[in-house]
Parts: sequence; structure tokens; C-alpha cells
Amino acid sequence: MVTRDATHLTGGLAPDRPEPAGGQPATPAGQGRIRGALAFLRNIWRQLTSMRTALVLLFLLALASLPGALLPQWSLNTSKTAQYIVDHGSWGRLLNTLGFFQVFASPWYAAIYLLLFTSLIGCLLPRTWDFVGQIRMKPVATPRNLSRMPHFESVSVAGDPAGVAQRINAGLRGWRRVERVEGPSVITVSAEKGFLREVGNLLFHFSLLGLLVAIAVGKLFGFEGSVIVNADDGASSAFCSSTPSNYDNFRPGLLVDGTDLTPFCVNIDKFAATYTSTGQASSFVASIRYQAGAALGTADWTSRALEVNDPLRVQGQRLYLLGHGYSPVFTVTYPDGQTQTGTQPFQPEDSSFTSQGAVKFLDPPGYLGNAVRGHQLAIVGIFAPSALIHGGIMTSEFPAANQPGVAIQIYRGDMGMETGRAQSIFSIDQNQVAIGQLVKLNRANLAPGESMSLDDGTKITFTGYKEWVSLQTSYDPAQGWALIFAITLLIGLMTSLIIKRRRVWFRITTAAPEGTAESGAVDHGPADEAVSVAASTVGRNGVVVGVTDDLVLYVTVEIGGLARTDQAGYGDEFGKLVGVVQGGPDGR
Amino acid sequence: MAVNDQLGNVSYLGFQAALAGYIAALVCFGVEFASSRGAAPTAAEAVSMTLRAAGRGRTAVLDRGRDEKSAEPPNSGIGQIVKPPTSARRPMGPLFGRAGLIVTTIGFAAQVFSIVTRGIAAGRAPWGNMYEFTSMICAAAVAGFLFVLYKTRTRSIGFFVMIPVTILMFVGGTKLYTQVETLVPALHSYWLLIHVLAVSLSSGVLMVSGVASLMYLLRARYERKLKAEQAWVKEAGTPEVTARQPAPAAAGFVPQSVVADKSRLASLPSLATLDRVAYRTAIVAFPVYTFAVIAGALWAEVAWGRYWGWDPKETCAFVTWVFYAAYLHARATAGWRGTRSAWISVLGFVSVLFNLFVINIVVSGLHSYAGLN
Ligand code: HEM
Repeated sequence: MVTRDATHLTGGLAPDRPEPAGGQPATPAGQGRIRGALAFLRNIWRQLTSMRTALVLLFLLALASLPGALLPQWSLNTSKTAQYIVDHGSWGRLLNTLGFFQVFASPWYAAIYLLLFTSLIGCLLPRTWDFVGQIRMKPVATPRNLSRMPHFESVSVAGDPAGVAQRINAGLRGWRRVERVEGPSVITVSAEKGFLREVGNLLFHFSLLGLLVAIAVGKLFGFEGSVIVNADDGASSAFCSSTPSNYDNFRPGLLVDGTDLTPFCVNIDKFAATYTSTGQASSFVASIRYQAGAALGTADWTSRALEVNDPLRVQGQRLYLLGHGYSPVFTVTYPDGQTQTGTQPFQPEDSSFTSQGAVKFLDPPGYLGNAVRGHQLAIVGIFAPSALIHGGIMTSEFPAANQPGVAIQIYRGDMGMETGRAQSIFSIDQNQVAIGQLVKLNRANLAPGESMSLDDGTKITFTGYKEWVSLQTSYDPAQGWALIFAITLLIGLMTSLIIKRRRVWFRITTAAPEGTAESGAVDHGPADEAVSVAASTVGRNGVVVGVTDDLVLYVTVEIGGLARTDQAGYGDEFGKLVGVVQGGPDGR
Repeated sequence: MAVNDQLGNVSYLGFQAALAGYIAALVCFGVEFASSRGAAPTAAEAVSMTLRAAGRGRTAVLDRGRDEKSAEPPNSGIGQIVKPPTSARRPMGPLFGRAGLIVTTIGFAAQVFSIVTRGIAAGRAPWGNMYEFTSMICAAAVAGFLFVLYKTRTRSIGFFVMIPVTILMFVGGTKLYTQVETLVPALHSYWLLIHVLAVSLSSGVLMVSGVASLMYLLRARYERKLKAEQAWVKEAGTPEVTARQPAPAAAGFVPQSVVADKSRLASLPSLATLDRVAYRTAIVAFPVYTFAVIAGALWAEVAWGRYWGWDPKETCAFVTWVFYAAYLHARATAGWRGTRSAWISVLGFVSVLFNLFVINIVVSGLHSYAGLN
């Protein structure tokens, strides 16, 4: 018991303890192999749960995370990652195969943290047992040779042993302590403090486990979906989160199939951004209406302003305003007088919102069957909220729509929607142009209201623009738990770092020679040594020892102190404990 | 949000004054440090050296609660390397040291003034961009240093702390400087106040911790040399060197050490002191840093739709956190105390700086605040 306890105090843990040298009795031959295997497993387990392994794994965890910060990651930026791989040739492909562009989903990363957490469990359980045992145990007996302790002092004071012990006890308020009688007129007091430190440490490590579980649950059962919606007083139909296909991009957790989403619907009425004179944004607000639960499908909408840093929380899901941009509106007047209107979000390219994109008109009127495909129209180009033409190139000089303009190029022909290739909403399929199916016509720069004409008499008018917002829905059923564990983690950490574990022992002896004899009778050699140390100390201090003429009794008190981690910081406090013996005002 | 450019300029004056103060302090501490070559080790240093020499036990660094504050000589029975009282030129050093302390304090006051006026000028928390953030970190580091100085009276730390502080201040004041600006909407949140304040304060204090660990490594190297010298001298059987014997009481004759004589490192604080400074500052800063990361996650939940997304900044913050966790672990692991844990602490410090500069400037992510604009 004592040994284990002492190891604990010096900061070592079970695995650091030297193994008892093969003390097992010989086993019958048949069981030998199983025993061997068990011993082998036990050994591995012991290795895995040692402090040293934990340290190495922590190190590996940090190292393995680094590429996640330094290399582009698929999960964060697909195009950048793809570009990086192309730029780095076979190196890029090799790193990609090895998972360096999705570090946090790679098997080697998982291996490290799973090992680490296995080690953590293997380390926590025995420590918890130990700790429960320690709570019930009395403070350990006073070591024989206190002068070997990192903190040691020997003083001699007036009083009888029992009285001095009482004084020490009184001065140790808040310490767990026990008084023991080692022999006639030798009394020891053992005391310890700082049990909460271990509580904090265990709380901290268990919270780590809890946090990991909460993160895992979130990854399994959560989802994220994003969608771009025009802000136009409800002219576009409301966005409803009832099915994944309503999103432009839906990223389900591993156990989410998207069949039972809890729906809500939103209408984006208006979006407003304000800018400083230098073009830096100062606010973004979207005015929305939403409905959920019983209100779905009724005319019952709730209005709200949706802002950055202020998500809408509805039905356990969160709706975020993440981005915004412009959607130019074009009207096409076909030769037969029929008109079609099209609008499409353009992608911002710079901080002044020079945006590029394409508006596609797939169903020209007056054509049937395959002929339709020969007469589809695409308007491809630039939208600039504050247009500035310089050297024939249109850019925007300010993010607000002060002087909107478009620089567009028209294509006519087959968009290639039936080729099966995925098409970006921001561009046309250049393959179709290359094979001559899509023909480049004229180009023009237009201000709102201006038109251009094509060779067949078709008129294209830039009628205006709308603003779009990009919204994201997030769902994570375990994030509340993650927060709770983060808080307990912090509390545990602070407790464990602030509270110091300390032990102190007092041995009170009447330093007269007969004291030596008496204690020697109970406890041999070492006690003599202790007393002789004490005696020499007293001698050095020049204090008169023993019973004096006026019958004042002097006792020698040896004080030893041990701290678990912060040995150096114990000094001041230890000084005060020495003061307790001398009976200063409230122990100082 | 009104922006007050005039007050902003006043604030920048304060910043420049602070930088000037810190440079002066660096020079003063430098002079003191340089002039202390061959100085006698203090009592605690001698104790620290012998304890290290005494064996590479489980507790590599340990001090018997005797502060170097107390001028009392080390216990007899502990080997020591002491030089006779030195020449009259010596007092120059401490003079410069005290001057360094004074200019540091003045610089610090100027910097606090600069930060406060910047906040008033901008009408918001003055830690919204890299210039402001760098200034905060340096202020925290200097405050941390002043506190450590108050606790331990080891001025030589000042020289080593002022090196990174002046470099950061210089870069912050020139390359990173921006006029007072309002913030992009992504930063309009009280989380800015909480998260960034916690990050910058803890980073500043971690800087002191990292510097103390670096000094620890220097000092440990020096002591290894010293020990090698002792061993060599002993082997050679030179009679004067009796480092392992108790010193004669009156120090009438004291053995000398060539290494100690030649190296300025002899005037570094003891290993025990450096270890304690590094540890104490780390355990103050680490929970604050942990809190900062948690607050960042809470903000990310509000702003970006998830509390953790392995954005480069987040990843690097995690790496830093793990390094410091490893440091605290190492200090409780047999065979890892002392030099090895000091190395880990230095790594943690490097990753703090890396996160601040390289990630912000070279690697872009959500934290580059380009997200919405
Ligand atoms: C999951 C990764 C781990 C992390 C992030 C971590 C982090 C920490 C931190 C920050 C501390 C210092 C604060 C305190 O004393 O409470 C600490 C202490 C400690 N950890 Fe861990 N730990 C991890 C895993 C482990 C494992 C696997 C073990 C067991 C082998 C372990 C055993 C300990 C012990 C014994 C202490 C107390 C040291 C002392 O007394 O100062 N930890 N840990």
C-alpha cells in the first residue's frame, strides 16, 4: 500500500513502477502457453497504458495534425486541393493516396487517436480505483528518515509531545491528518492535502473521452446542407428543408440517409449590405420569413432578421447566413415576340464583387424535339455592381450596386445537358464549344435596361439584378454534450493545475537520551538515525535540550515535506508549516 | 461606429514609445547580461548544479525551498563553484539592469495607453486585426515578465524576453500596421472580445514560458560543459579543484572554473528557477488558452455553422494545445523531466508563433476574415 502510494506522490504511475521480478510460481506445462500469451498481452497493455506511450502518442497526434494545417484539404477547398495535386505531379498523387489531403479522415490519423484514447481508458480505470482506495486510506505513516525528504526541517520547542501534537493538529486545519504513537513519547502526525487535484485530473481526462464521443456522435448523426437563394420578396419559391435534394450541396453524417429530415421553410425577402467608403463591409442583414412544425403549409410565417453571427435555431437545426452575391436578370425576346426571363447567381471573384457566371435558356419557344437543342441560349460573362471598364475589361470598383453593368458573351446551340456530364451553374460546357455544338455569337457591355440583338433578331435585355444569399443548415445532435464536456474539461484542468498535492509529516520526540532508548525499543536502527540527525541539528542551533531546572520540557520536532509535481513551489508553504510547530499566531 | 483617426495616431505614438522603451530595455538588459561573465553562481544555482550532478534521478530538478532571494550561502556539504568577490567594475551591470527595468515599465505603460486609446478610437475591442493582436501579445508577455521578475528577481530573463518582444513589436508596427478601421461583419460579435482576448493574453504568457524553457536549455548545456570540465579536472588530479568537497567556511580560498569564467551563461538563473518559471507561467496560460480554444469553438458554431472544422487556424491551435498537454505530461513522466520537457515547451511556443504569423499570412482559411467579402 505504502509503496503504491509513494509512487503516486512522486508523479509516477502504475506503469512506471518497477515490475516485481518474475515472482510467479511455476505453472503446469499445459497452461504455459496460454499463460505466456496472457503475459504477453498484459505486457503490451501495460506498455500501451504507460505515461511514456501516452506522451509519444500525444506527440504523434500533434505531428500528424500538421499536414492538415499546411496542405490544402478536400473537406475545406476542393478546387484548391485538386489544383495542388495537379501542380505537384506524382508527389501530389502519392500524398493524395496516402490521405494527406484529408488528414482528419485518414486511417493513420484514426489509428493514432484511437490508440491514444485506448491508452487513456487503460490509464484512467486503474487510477480511478486507486483513487477511491486512497480516499478511504489514512495518510501514510511517517517515513523513518524524514531528513531524506525534499523539504526537511528540525526544530526544538517547549512543550510536551502530546501538547505539541495538539498544537500541530490545530494548525493543520483543512489537511487530512492522523496522529500515531510510535513509542512512549514519540508521536507522529501525518497529513496530506490536495485530493481535489486528483479529482480534477480524472475529471479532465474523462471529459476528454466524453468530448471524443460527442464529436463522434455528431459526425454520425449530423448533417450540413447549403443552398443559394435569391432575395426577392418571395418571388422565388420558399426554400424548404424537407429533402436533401432541395439543397445545392448536402453533406450527411455516416448514419444519415436524408429520409427523415425535420422540415422548415424560409423565404428570403430582402438582403442588405452596407459598406464603408473604402468598400469594406460593415453589415449584412437578410430579412426572412420562416415556418416550421405545425405552421408548415399554412400562411403563418414568422419574420426575422438573419445576420452573420446570429443563426436561426429552429427544430434543433441551425440556419446560417454565410455569403451573398448578385444575380443578374436577363429577358430574351425571341423573334416571334415571345419572352423568357432568366436569372442566375453569379460567383463573386473579388472583394468588389466582380462576379462571373452564366444564365442558360434551355427551352426556346417555337421548337420541338431535337430542334430545341440546337437553339438553346447561354449568356456568359461578368456582372459588376459598380462597373468600370478599363482597357475593354469590366471590373467592379465597389461592392455595392451603385452602377451595375454586365459584360456578356452569347452562345447558341446545344448546351449538352444530355451528355451526362455534370455542369456547373456558373459556366457552360466548353467541350460543346470545342466540338462546334455551341456557337459563339456577339458580345456586349450593357447597363440596366439596355439590349443587344442577335443575328436572328433575338433581343437580349439586361433588366436588372437580384441579390442572393447562401444559407447553410447544420444539425448536430451532440453539440450540447460537446459543450458540457468542454466545460467540465476546463474545470477539471484548472482544479488539477491550481491545487497542489502536498504531504507533511511531523515526528515529535523528547530529545533527551532516554527518548532514544525508548523509541529504540519499539523501532530499531532507523529511528536512532533520525534522532541523531535531530540531535545534531539542535546542537548546531545551540538550543538547550532536555528538561531544564524550571521543569520546562523541550521536544524536538522533525518535519518532512513532499509535493507531487511542484516541488519548488512548496517551499513557502512548508516554511509556514514549520511555523505551526513553533506556535506562531494561527500557525504562522 | 465612428472611427477617430486623430486618436488612432495618438495611440500609434504610444505604440512607438513602447517599442522604443523595449529596445532600450533590451540594450540595458543585454549590457547587464554581457557584463556578468564569470559572475559567481548564486546559492540556488550551485544547489541546482550539484543536484543535477548528484544523479539523474526521478526528480531531475529540485530545489530545497531555498530561494536565491536569500543571500545565505548554500549548505555546506554541497559542492559549489564560487569565485572570490569580483573587481570594482562589476556594479555597472546591475545599474544597467535597473535602468532596463525602468524603461520596460515605462514602455509597458505606454503600450497599455496605446491599446486603450486604440480601443476608444475604434469604438470596439482593440484586438481586431493583426497589428492590434500583436500589440496585445507583447503587452501580455511584458506583463508576464514583470510579474516573474517580481516573483524571482532574475533580471536576465528580461534580455531573453525582450528579444522576441521587440521583434514582434517591430514587425507589428511596420509590416502589420493598419489605420483604425471598423471590422467586417464576421467579427461583429462579443465573442471577438472574449476569444481573442484570451488567445492574446495566453499567447503572451506562453511566450515567457517558452523563453524560460529556451534559457533552461542553454543553461543545461552550460552545466553539462561545467560537469565535463569538473570530471576532466578531477581526472587530471589538479589539487585546487575540490568541487565535490565542502567549501571552506570562510571562503578564503575558493576553486575556480574555467568554463564558468568564460561563459556568460553562468549568470543565468538556476535550472530549478527556470524550470519553475516555465512551469508556473505555462500552468497559468494553458487553462486560459484552453478556454480561448473553447470560446473559439463556440464562436465558430455561431458564425460558421459548426463548432470545429479543422480550418488551418483551428488545426494549428489544436497542435499547440496538444504540445502543451504533452509538456505537462512530460513533467510527470519518468525520464522526460528536465531537458526533454523543456524542448516540448519550446515546440509549443514555436507553434504559437507559427499559428500567429505563418498561418495568418501564408495559409488562408476562414480565419483570414475573407469569408464573407
Ligand atoms: C487523450 C490525450 C491526453 C491529453 C490531451 C492529456 C492531457 C493532460 C494534461 C493537459 C495534463 C495536465 C493537467 C493535469 O494535471 O490535469 C495531464 C495530466 C496527466 N495525464 Fe494526461 N492526457 C492525455 C492522456 C493521458 C493518458 C493516456 C494517461 C495515462 C497514461 C494520462 C495520464 C496523466 C497523468 C497521470 C497526469 C497527471 C500528471 C501530474 O500529476 O501532473 N493522460 N494530461
